[in-house]
Amino acid sequence: MFFGRLISGDRPGSPILAIVLIAILLGLAFAPFLFPGTRSLDTAARICIFIALAASYDLLLGYTGIVSFAHVMFFGIGAYGAALGLDGLGRGFGSIAIGAAGGAVAAAALAFVIGLFSLRVRAIFFAMITLAVASAFAVMVSQFSDITGGEDGFSFKVPRELTPAFKIADGKLFGVSLNGKLLLYYFVFTGCLVLFLALLRVVNSPFGRVLQAIRENDFRAEAIGFRVVRYRIAATCLSAVAAALAGSLFAVWLRYAGPDAVLSFEIMVDVLLMVVIGGMGTMWGAVIGATLFVIAQSYLREVMGALSDATEGAPLLPDLFNPDRWLLWLGVIFVLSVYFFPTGVVGRLRGKD
Amino acid sequence: MSLAPEHAPTMARQSLLQRLEPHAPALLIAALALAGLALIPALSSWITLTVAGLAMGMMIFTIASGMTLVFGLLDVINFGHGAFISVGAFVGVSALAALGGGAPDADPSALSDLTTLALAAIAAMAATALMGLAFERVIVRPVYGAHLKQILVTMGGLIIVQQLIFVVWGPDEIHVARPESLKGAWTFAGAAVEKYRVMAVGLGLALFLGLRWLMRGTKVGLLVRAGVENGEMVEALGYDIRRLFIAVFMAGSALAGLGGVMWGLYQEVITAHMGGDIMVMVFIVVIIGGLGSVEGCFIGALLIGLLYNYVAFLAPKAALVSNIGLMVAILMWRPQGMFPVVKAK
Repeated sequence: MFFGRLISGDRPGSPILAIVLIAILLGLAFAPFLFPGTRSLDTAARICIFIALAASYDLLLGYTGIVSFAHVMFFGIGAYGAALGLDGLGRGFGSIAIGAAGGAVAAAALAFVIGLFSLRVRAIFFAMITLAVASAFAVMVSQFSDITGGEDGFSFKVPRELTPAFKIADGKLFGVSLNGKLLLYYFVFTGCLVLFLALLRVVNSPFGRVLQAIRENDFRAEAIGFRVVRYRIAATCLSAVAAALAGSLFAVWLRYAGPDAVLSFEIMVDVLLMVVIGGMGTMWGAVIGATLFVIAQSYLREVMGALSDATEGAPLLPDLFNPDRWLLWLGVIFVLSVYFFPTGVVGRLRGKD
Repeated sequence: MSLAPEHAPTMARQSLLQRLEPHAPALLIAALALAGLALIPALSSWITLTVAGLAMGMMIFTIASGMTLVFGLLDVINFGHGAFISVGAFVGVSALAALGGGAPDADPSALSDLTTLALAAIAAMAATALMGLAFERVIVRPVYGAHLKQILVTMGGLIIVQQLIFVVWGPDEIHVARPESLKGAWTFAGAAVEKYRVMAVGLGLALFLGLRWLMRGTKVGLLVRAGVENGEMVEALGYDIRRLFIAVFMAGSALAGLGGVMWGLYQEVITAHMGGDIMVMVFIVVIIGGLGSVEGCFIGALLIGLLYNYVAFLAPKAALVSNIGLMVAILMWRPQGMFPVVKAK
């Protein structure tokens, strides 16, 4: 079966989940026609990119059982790679490829070094060391402002074929004008789909099984004869490369790279929430988590704004429901889901909690 | 019957290097200070920077000692430790404002505003200790023994507390004025030495000696050290290790709160995410010191403080990176940290 091969035989395992996943896929594939408008197209592209990013993080967190706080750093490296490529080499698809490849190689090298130092000794060092390295990297990026544009970041030109000025054909299809913006969306969509399917392939390969064995019991995995450190480092590098490629796509979509957009710790927290709420240890969890989260990001704020207005006058309540405090409620949901739904939405739908 | 193997004991003196080896981490501080002296052109700037580095190191030690003890005894990596730093700073500064300290029209007599500061610090420590109690009960207790979940849950706790600070104290950073008698500087050999930094060094040193005495000279310390070594055995001997856990967690949180007040007054500005920012250095210190070791933590904190200040003077852009470099170098030398206490659990 072709479709089964495409998803590497990793079936959703629940009819409801399958329907939801197909709906998400169709929704994203036809987003420009189903939800016309700049803002909803932007949301759709973000969902695509964050699905790829969350999936690459799940490879580390859910499958290998390693907590990393440097994942957004690799995302940022990829974004800056593509951005610097397009900025320095001119607006062409070649520059995107060179920049993205450079970013991916840099991310892999950095992940290798960090992994070598921390995973060799004790896996729990990794969480602390990645946090330290990621924050140092963010400071460095804002300091070397002649290359990176500092705090403000910099914008650049993408290939002409990917700009709204480029017309594919005259006229409209289902009321949507056929221009470069559409092409750019499908560029991002295809890139993310390929990345996701590749990650799905990795976790369902024998290599992925070893990672899961390490997550369950690293001592036993070592005893069977797998070099745990090597597998952990390989997983770290792979997920760093995937994150960097997702970052490149994000930079091309935004036509901009800056610390707040691609390097901030908030994105790290977002990705953590996506993976945990969606369901750790399954790639489908990343899809559900990222989709829910990106939609909630705009939706939750509106609900909270309404609640804040409704509780006007009561002490403290309006502040608690202030739209800027949405992270507070996500934090609460996060802690509760780690306790009570460790397998996330996907685990719930599969009925094994 | 075979003969006993040839045995010829030698009484050779250990070489100087061998005798120095156990003290290598402490000597590293001296070496670093000397290297700074050689590289920094003016003596006066070296003195200023060294005092600044020591003060910074002492403050980081105050925070990191709590974290390393909690890890050693409870086997909990508390990513939410930074939350106690921020809360401590905010409570302390609010208490300082409520008591009238730091106001320009306040009575400038030295005793009264130092007392206010002490009261504010005690208020901050009490608040963070209580918060530590709640944190242990609600957030940490259900996940003892599971590192992955601990990291996730305490990180979630950090986010929640940071957001609650925004709710209570508002989203803006707050500027803090030091008490009148701690403003200004003394001049020593042409170098300006800020009074506040000298006080921070004194306080940190007193804390270190106090902690050392507590750990080595008292029964509580004996129990804590025994608990680090083998918690089950302590329990089997009839001691309630849960109460010890809670006490250590509260003490660790209170130390973070104290560190937060000190840091807030040092920087003269406090923000909700200051705890998270400081935690980067705290993690480095805890790792290079060796998880669970108070002495290692002390030496690590001083190394980081001195190196940061020297490098910030010589090559400002490399300051944060230099700390990472130090960590990498020390992990290459001693992969478990300088004073490994906790066996890999």
